[in-house]
Amino acid sequence: MAMEYSEKVMEHFAHPHNVGVIEDADGVGEVGNAKCGDIMRMYLKIGEGEVIEDVKFQTFGCASAIATSSIATDMIKGQPLNEALKLTNKAVVEALDGLPAVKIHCSVLAEQAVKAAVADYYKRKGLPYDHPCDACGEEGCCGHSHGQEEE
Amino acid sequence: MFVYADNAATTAMSRAAADAMLPAMGELYGNPSSLHQKGREANYALMGAREAVAKCLHAEPREIYFTGCGTEADNWAITEAARLGALAGKKHIISDAIEHHAVLHTLKKLEKQGFSVTYLPVHENGLVRLEELEAALRPDTCLVTVMFANNEIGTLQPIREIGALCRERGVLFHTDAVQAVGHVPVDVEADNIDMLSLSGHKFHAPKGVGALYCKKSIRLENFIEGGAQERGKRGGTEAIPAILAMAAALQESCAHMEENMAHISAMRDKLIAGLSRIPNARCNGDPDHRAPGIVSFCFEGIEGESLLLRLDLAGICASSGSACTSGSLDPSHVLLALGLPHEIAHGSLRLSLSEYNTMEEVDYILQQVPEVVRTLRQMSPVWLHMLEKMEDPYKE
Ligand SMILES: Cc1ncc(COP(=O)(O)O)c(C=O)c1O
Ligand code: FES
Ligand SMILES: [Zn+2]
Repeated sequence: MAMEYSEKVMEHFAHPHNVGVIEDADGVGEVGNAKCGDIMRMYLKIGEGEVIEDVKFQTFGCASAIATSSIATDMIKGQPLNEALKLTNKAVVEALDGLPAVKIHCSVLAEQAVKAAVADYYKRKGLPYDHPCDACGEEGCCGHSHGQEEE
Repeated sequence: MFVYADNAATTAMSRAAADAMLPAMGELYGNPSSLHQKGREANYALMGAREAVAKCLHAEPREIYFTGCGTEADNWAITEAARLGALAGKKHIISDAIEHHAVLHTLKKLEKQGFSVTYLPVHENGLVRLEELEAALRPDTCLVTVMFANNEIGTLQPIREIGALCRERGVLFHTDAVQAVGHVPVDVEADNIDMLSLSGHKFHAPKGVGALYCKKSIRLENFIEGGAQERGKRGGTEAIPAILAMAAALQESCAHMEENMAHISAMRDKLIAGLSRIPNARCNGDPDHRAPGIVSFCFEGIEGESLLLRLDLAGICASSGSACTSGSLDPSHVLLALGLPHEIAHGSLRLSLSEYNTMEEVDYILQQVPEVVRTLRQMSPVWLHMLEKMEDPYKE
């Protein structure tokens, strides 16, 4: 059975925003998807007041993984870190006008990649990363979807 | 430009098929089982179709049973051969690792019912080895089922030799020839085939019609109870429009087999040569034993669904065995059986051609695929990691 992607997904997939590498990034996070073996890498440039000045991503994965990376970077760009950390895969899915049920897990990758990049930034700064996952209380990226569960 | 290069998934209906179908959607509406003139008219048409299909396979008309699809023919043949085997106290079946799910899932069901199944490995070229088949044969082997042409990588198995070995050992031989019939010569007599499955929509007939060839000496049991159709073995009023269209399509394919094969394999070879020039690419399957129209590649560092959808945006319809394209999120069992690691199977692309494709279309594919692969690699962290260990093949 063929899956349908929303127009928004196809738009971000065909013309993803913020693709690339930040050579002098302040934080880099790379996460993998245990389900299908896909990989996402996120680069952060942090400015005054812990604001995300720039963000870039690289993704090895399906159209849904590329689209969620693209929109997630849009959503956190210009945001202070504590706001960016509130990003959930549910918000990403909603911003894309939904994802097919079998593709919800791809959006988890985007949430995890943001958290991993921020955690890396804190580590480099020697600061404690005290942003446990809202859903389960785990430190850093926890590897499950929040809010919107897979079927 | 628009290019349909997914003919192993399904084909466009031919003019001949549609022309054969139209009367059956109009005046030829009788039920072949009716005794009156409308019934007789439909019955003659049905007999003609059966004869035509039989002739293309070098079989007898009474050895052809029309089915709803290739999957049904596979289910029927395998469960029947197993039932006959069990009657004789034989409950061992031999198959291979790269069969279609229609065969594999049927075998899994039989395993649950107490049959034991040996799945022959296919090695890196995707071919079954005769000596391994010979070694796997047991006194209680009742069936060997090996596909004629693989739907993902196009390998053509040594069917005639497998059939000869089975004859010698008195074991039934079934072949899923869904990707072969209408594309390469198939002769059930010369190829030593006892049972064969085919499907119309792979050779320009409509979807939803197939056939099972079963050698007349085999005492085939009824598959669907309730009617005298198909010699009482598959009840249900026949899908006359689809059956007539399938017979017409097959006749046309067989009449033009040689020229089609020459045209299609020339396009295939050009595709393979062109795609092989992409860095870190590999062609899957066997270079010599290959269906005319099926090309399978893996491109390292990228994922197949993205590749597929980018090509779709460029007007090219193809398919992939990547984990992300399968509902189960497992990469294709065929690519894994070749020994390819998950991450390489991930970047797979299948292009499958028919006689309706042109060299101009092949040129267009050869212009688009390298570009899309390169674009996706540029955004791939996996490719980035690979570049740490090798010279950038794209560096000028
Ligand atoms: C090798 C093989 N066997 C069986 C089938 C199933 O045929 P059908 O779609 O007619 O059920 C296909 C096609 O999907 C196939 O490629
Ligand atoms: S990342 Fe593999 S299915 Fe989406
Ligand atoms: Zn959590």
